[in-house]
Amino acid sequence: MNMYTKIANNGVNVEALVGAREALTETPEGAQFKWRASCDWVNGTHCNTSVEGFFGLGEEQSRKTNFKFDADHPEVFASEDKGATPVEYVLVGLASCLTAGIASVAQYRNIQLRSVRAIVEGDMDIQGILGIDSDVRNGYDGIRVMFEIDADATTEEIEAVVAQSQKRSAVFDIVTNPTQVEVTVK
Amino acid sequence: MKISNGQTRPPVVGDVTTIVIGAGQAGLAASRCLDERGIDHLILERGEIANSWRKERWQSLKLLTPNWQTVLPGHGYQGDNPDGFMGITELVSFLDDYARRISAPIVTGTTVESVSPMDDGYRVNTNRGVWHCRTVVMASGAFNIPVLPRFASALPTGIESLTPHDYRSPDEMAEGGVLVVGASATGLQLAREIQQSGRPVTLCVGEHVRLPRRYRGRDILHWMHCLGLLDESYREVDDISRARRVPSAQLVGSASHGDLDLNSLTRAGVNLVGRMAGLHNNKVQFSGALSNVCKMGDLKMNRLLRSIDDWIAEKGEDQLSMPAEEFSATNSGSKQALSMSLASGEIKSVVWACGFRPDYSWLKVPVLNRKNQLVHDGGVTASPGLYAMGLPFMRRRKSSFIFGAGDDARDISDHLAAYVANSVAARSIAVA
Repeated sequence: MNMYTKIANNGVNVEALVGAREALTETPEGAQFKWRASCDWVNGTHCNTSVEGFFGLGEEQSRKTNFKFDADHPEVFASEDKGATPVEYVLVGLASCLTAGIASVAQYRNIQLRSVRAIVEGDMDIQGILGIDSDVRNGYDGIRVMFEIDADATTEEIEAVVAQSQKRSAVFDIVTNPTQVEVTVK
Repeated sequence: MKISNGQTRPPVVGDVTTIVIGAGQAGLAASRCLDERGIDHLILERGEIANSWRKERWQSLKLLTPNWQTVLPGHGYQGDNPDGFMGITELVSFLDDYARRISAPIVTGTTVESVSPMDDGYRVNTNRGVWHCRTVVMASGAFNIPVLPRFASALPTGIESLTPHDYRSPDEMAEGGVLVVGASATGLQLAREIQQSGRPVTLCVGEHVRLPRRYRGRDILHWMHCLGLLDESYREVDDISRARRVPSAQLVGSASHGDLDLNSLTRAGVNLVGRMAGLHNNKVQFSGALSNVCKMGDLKMNRLLRSIDDWIAEKGEDQLSMPAEEFSATNSGSKQALSMSLASGEIKSVVWACGFRPDYSWLKVPVLNRKNQLVHDGGVTASPGLYAMGLPFMRRRKSSFIFGAGDDARDISDHLAAYVANSVAARSIAVA
């Protein structure tokens, strides 16, 4: 039963999000964002990616931290395992996006969360990337996300929050729909 | 000036208080309400009465609403099967009959080519002359143009491409596989009859509205009526632009009152895939989000059914009604296809059931937004004297339903009559 006498606090500023939605409805050009990352090869399969600036709300945006991400492959791939594999970063993106969405949707619906954990697992037949079988795709054959959520809400309400989070998730969309990718060399 | 239904007349250039564009249920209801308020008007109709119903619908279509809901101001269904569903022929005669009963002043065979503002009103340019009027009611329909995804143009030649406006029956289609794009009432109805004709169907399923035809022994629309959902005002919903985009519910009108849901299609052999997401190099791609859209459809349906249960309990009608029912969760399968080759010859036709939009190409009044959608407040536009009728959730959830035309027509003609009265008063003061 949705009979809350208090306001849920999941640490999400819903008023700001709702305000941004209204403002950007009026000025859709401000909604045009560009997200960026720059990746430097280190050695072997180890590379280091920085994420700092982005474009949005009509101008270049900077942030306080230059985030760094090491990516590599595990030792079974004869690599040095200096970071998560790129395909694991895809899982990081998907899980973080859905989980953040759950916090936001729950806040909007005044549902207090106590804990949320996503367990993500992707199936991959590496005969694809190794070029053994051309009928096998390189990427994930399927991804499963399992949420464990403790919240002041019924199972149906929690399921509805999780469903809405998928509906509004950028990474869920990126993973489930094709995207045009253009790669060039300078 | 009254022109009897169906008569053709030579070109007329005239002056009238109100031009109603379109002689479907919305235009006829508006005409009746304008007449009651003493507003002289004409209905301009490009074809004949109920033209879209006659020319732009498939053969087997029956209304989604039961006959008892086929009601317009002053006249409703009078047959002996109130719980049945009208076919198109029956509906067309109902509307013909209604136009006669209300002596609707219709000029048929008259296509509006443009509506533009002029001093003190509008100039309505047609293939048969120009009318000047103070006010315009646009009742030209919400389903004029089938919406196609932008990649539809990449469909390889040799594959038949049909919209619900072109489609008549499966017999007119090529033999072979059919891709039906869209999971509203239209998509599911066409998928089912095409599959039954022996053409294997793959159905692309995006967000949809699942509803059982009957619940606890009554039609679902009966319960939605009881709950006040159909009368809910556009001012009461949280997000009206979203509410206006909701696709038609997965329902079919049939003698058996049976359900039309994804599970029944799967049982009939239809192959479910996700929303069509791309078409490139003869390969069509489907979204991998099928299970989520199915889950959302199930959750929303169950919320509605629980609120029906609550209403029944609150009214103490538990004893009178059949017990609460559970419907099985949509089985979206464990491994849906994510792509399909259009070069293999498996798919011979594609049916785009992705929704419709109104045609405003003739409207030369600045009341459209950047996406060419009409901006209006419950059918009242920002251009004084210009009104809409029959749009989805225009004033109420039932606005685009046949029985929804009446209340909207009353509201719109009240507003219009007040506007005409005020502007006449203002003009007499100016003249004095």
